[in-house]
Amino acid sequence: MVKMSGAHALIEALYKEKVDVIFGLPGGAIMPVYDVILDSKIRHILVRHEQSAAHMADGYARASGKPGICMATSGPGATNLVTGIANAYMDSSPIIAITGQVPRAMIGKDAFQETDIIGVTTPITKYNFQPRHASEIPKTVKMAFQIASTGRPGPVVIDLPKDVQTEVADMDFPEKVEIKGYKPNISPHPLQIEKATELLTKAERPFILAGGGVIISNASQHLQAIAELLLAPVATTFMGKGCFPENHPLSLGVIGMHGTLEANKSIFESDVILAAGMRFSDRSTGKLDEFCPDAKIIQIDIDPSEIGKNKEVDVPIVGDVNKTFIELYNSLSKHLEKKESSLWSKRIQQIKEEHKDKVRIDKEKDLVPQKVLRELREILSHDTIVTTEVGQNQMWASLYFKVYKPRTFISSGGLGTMGFGFPAAIGVKVARPDVPVFDIAGDGSFTMTANSLATSVIEKIPVTVVILNNCMLGMVAQWQRLFYNRRYSAVELGQYPNFVKLAEAFGAQGLRVGSIDEFKKAVKQALKSDVTTVIDVPIPSEENVFPMIPSGKGLKEMIY
Amino acid sequence: MEEKEERYIISTIVENKPGVLYRASNMFRRRGFNIDSISVGPTERKDLARMTITIRGDDATVEQLVKQLSKLIDAIKVSVLNPKNTVVRELALVKLHVADAKARSDIINYANVFKSRVVDVTPGSMILEITGTSDKIDAFLNLAATFGIKEMARTGITALTRG
Repeated sequence: MVKMSGAHALIEALYKEKVDVIFGLPGGAIMPVYDVILDSKIRHILVRHEQSAAHMADGYARASGKPGICMATSGPGATNLVTGIANAYMDSSPIIAITGQVPRAMIGKDAFQETDIIGVTTPITKYNFQPRHASEIPKTVKMAFQIASTGRPGPVVIDLPKDVQTEVADMDFPEKVEIKGYKPNISPHPLQIEKATELLTKAERPFILAGGGVIISNASQHLQAIAELLLAPVATTFMGKGCFPENHPLSLGVIGMHGTLEANKSIFESDVILAAGMRFSDRSTGKLDEFCPDAKIIQIDIDPSEIGKNKEVDVPIVGDVNKTFIELYNSLSKHLEKKESSLWSKRIQQIKEEHKDKVRIDKEKDLVPQKVLRELREILSHDTIVTTEVGQNQMWASLYFKVYKPRTFISSGGLGTMGFGFPAAIGVKVARPDVPVFDIAGDGSFTMTANSLATSVIEKIPVTVVILNNCMLGMVAQWQRLFYNRRYSAVELGQYPNFVKLAEAFGAQGLRVGSIDEFKKAVKQALKSDVTTVIDVPIPSEENVFPMIPSGKGLKEMIY
Repeated sequence: MEEKEERYIISTIVENKPGVLYRASNMFRRRGFNIDSISVGPTERKDLARMTITIRGDDATVEQLVKQLSKLIDAIKVSVLNPKNTVVRELALVKLHVADAKARSDIINYANVFKSRVVDVTPGSMILEITGTSDKIDAFLNLAATFGIKEMARTGITALTRG
């Protein structure tokens, strides 16, 4: 037992959890904690808007696999975190958000800067805490880490009334905590492994659909082993991008609304689908009634509530994807031997060949997003971590920027949060200072959190932003072109801001390119720079992302 | 034709602390579960509470509800009760309009048949207390309606597995 204040206990508990960085912005109700931070070994990175703090923590978490920490004051500070918390919730990312709260006696009185952040964040967190006594803080932090980072990861909020931060109490820092109602089921049931083995060994045309859970559970290696043993093609969901090398002969790329032609076509020829760490989201499956009605489906997920939520499956397996893959591989290898090729794998190669370059790319113009992203891929090492913004830039990145390693492609999938990519890139760079970090951006999204330029420059966290600049809210404009008779409503952003000047105003490097050669040079210049670089790439304003499946339609109804 | 939906009773042991009912009811609202009734009270253990939920729906809805409830960190055990093996009770208080002495004696007679108790009497009204299965209470209320129901309060059901 040690006597200390609640604020001290918080920082001490975070330190014991090996926290090395907090992204945040102070304010009245969190000042006692900020006073303690000053004397701690934990680095604090000051943001210019709390939303960015949450995205930075999220980027940090996804790149490192460790929880990311963000902090804000009560009221507006806390509500500004909400978008970032919701984003982390939808993509199962472990972040811990610490918010100040008005003193206990003021709670419920509509005090200055009071918001019921527990009420606000209940539906968008895995759990949230509001310790009413300082002595609860060490245990609360321990529980927060356990909940955020195990099972299906997710965000946790710790809301600290100001007088709980200042209250001095005897503190006991537990090594372990028991949470009665929280026991994630990690190990798959042997009977289910048996059933899956039977289906897969009998399958003539097995297909693997791999989601973000494969990345979270670090299961890429075993995914590849199973795919090669079964000679099963692998399509990933958007969140799964990177869990299987996209240059592998069995890779079909990303499936879904803006999936590849080969993925969306070949899944309908399969007879058994092994779906792992994915939740049959509408963006991945298209209209569910029309999704592979004849195939048998095996679904692996650590969250039992995901099984059967959107799609009924034949063999459900509750468990950690990696653990399940290991057991499944061991079981399959008793029945199957590795082969070079099969009728099905040849058919897959044929489908890939048939659909290669089928999507039209402008031959005359130089600076079109597809070519820009392919060039970018050529230049960047496979270790480079790429984040994206949301909209056309993101879907072009999904289609034309191939990813070869897990945790090197980080994007806002479930929530689709514009403004995510740039702060996330900063968080990634903090977690992985050893690799270059690029944000593939659009002009609309980047503008939303561009004030993070100040953070990246002043805190010396250099990243590169490639803005595919069409002076449009491009994805909305695309829908208006295709489904609203080209009636452009509130999508034209115009020529401003001048992104070069904007970058320079924040002390960053701004480069505008006029050709693909200039783009290549700019990327190389950015890679050498020790300051954040913004590369403004003007692209045609009416370019579409194809292939596309109209909302509510089946995967077969591709436009390209 | 509307598909006939079954009634399910789900019994959940939860942490007995503030905010747990909010977490559960917030989840029902957010996921679109239409709950018939919910009752919460302490158990034999101080740190645990029992939440009894009734819902009408199909198997898939109930399965999803059970999974979502189990997912709540504060929910310790969730079980769907088998009606054949369960004691189910609900309590209702009914304030009836009493027109005259005949009505009063009729009400008391009916109340006796239903093992209902008179808990308050004024010149123009009576409050009756009735406990039983929801069907029994429904039947009693139908009868009571002929006298004129002024006010009524039902607790929602609570239940325990036999044995």
